[in-house]
Amino acid sequence: MHELSVCQALIAQVEQIAAQHAAQGVKSVHLRLGPLSGVEPQLLQDAYPMACAGSVAAGSVLLIDLAPLKVKCQTCGAETQASPNRLLCGQCGDYHTQVVSGDEMLLMSVELIQGAA
Amino acid sequence: MCNTCGCNITPGNRTHAYKPVNGVTAVSVLQNLLAKNDDQAAHNRRHFDQHQVLAINFMSSPGSGKTALLEASIDALKNEFRIGVIEGDLETENDAERIRAKGVPAHQITTGSACHLDAHMVHDALHHFPLAGLDILFIENVGNLVCPASFDLGQHRNVTLLSVTEGDDKPAKYPVMFRAADAVLLTKSDLLQVLDDFDPERAESYVRKLASTAPVLQLSARKGLGMEAWLHWLRNELAQQRARLAGGATARPKVQPEGVALHA
Repeated sequence: MHELSVCQALIAQVEQIAAQHAAQGVKSVHLRLGPLSGVEPQLLQDAYPMACAGSVAAGSVLLIDLAPLKVKCQTCGAETQASPNRLLCGQCGDYHTQVVSGDEMLLMSVELIQGAA
Repeated sequence: MCNTCGCNITPGNRTHAYKPVNGVTAVSVLQNLLAKNDDQAAHNRRHFDQHQVLAINFMSSPGSGKTALLEASIDALKNEFRIGVIEGDLETENDAERIRAKGVPAHQITTGSACHLDAHMVHDALHHFPLAGLDILFIENVGNLVCPASFDLGQHRNVTLLSVTEGDDKPAKYPVMFRAADAVLLTKSDLLQVLDDFDPERAESYVRKLASTAPVLQLSARKGLGMEAWLHWLRNELAQQRARLAGGATARPKVQPEGVALHA
């Protein structure tokens, strides 16, 4: 249950970005999360309205893209789909793989509401 | 170029990142959600490196024997290295008192209801903790197989304990945690003879399925079994850290640079 702390860190980042651009409000916040990030998208969604209440991001929409889990094999070079507790190469079965997608927890972009420009 | 601090947005491409539409501006960010924690962790790591200290983060479920292993490791190494311990628990000073009873400095972080340590808590603890003269700093995280895995504290290595009373499929059930381990310790191994349902080989095979090359060591801190392999790993890590520092480099737990490099 660390999603609330993650959400609070996210709001702090969004507030900083909004301040840098002198924004009046935030329309949406766009994230990309992988299944190995250790963060549950639904819990983050649930925590979001609480975390952004009273901040410049209050009332904004949280959009979450789910990153696919893919590994690249260091033995045979294949890039294959994997599951969180089975990160073996889908081609040759070797465990010398690297996660190329699926452990990210990224703030991709923010839509800011500006005053009369 | 990294994905944590926003340095991928440069004065040259900044204008492309903004697309004003009807008073709404889209700002491209590409920052790790825990960028602030990660910045603090990097600061902590520089602090450890300046003091030539190897920082090791101990993670496991509650009751797997983290403190008992620290006590046994201190007994074995206290004439060889100067050791310090930062303890994380929701409440009580109990673990820090156990460590102090061994004659080494310990600082207790009580998190209240927080389920993990973060880089800021560790940084605050460092203000109460003299790093000068230490060789190894152990950070005993809050007993929890979920949340501590997501927060970099500035440590150089992660050690994850799995006691044999917990079940050998824990690495399959908690992949984020076990993937983060630079070493996996199967603790309370003296109980294996009475536990017919824990197969150490099966536990190791679940760790391998997480694409982990981390050593999986069996030990019993209480009975002094298998301690040499663990102490050897520790001595080796300290030697490697010193060699890296001599070359102006540092180390992060294995799983993290991989992610950073691949997302850059």
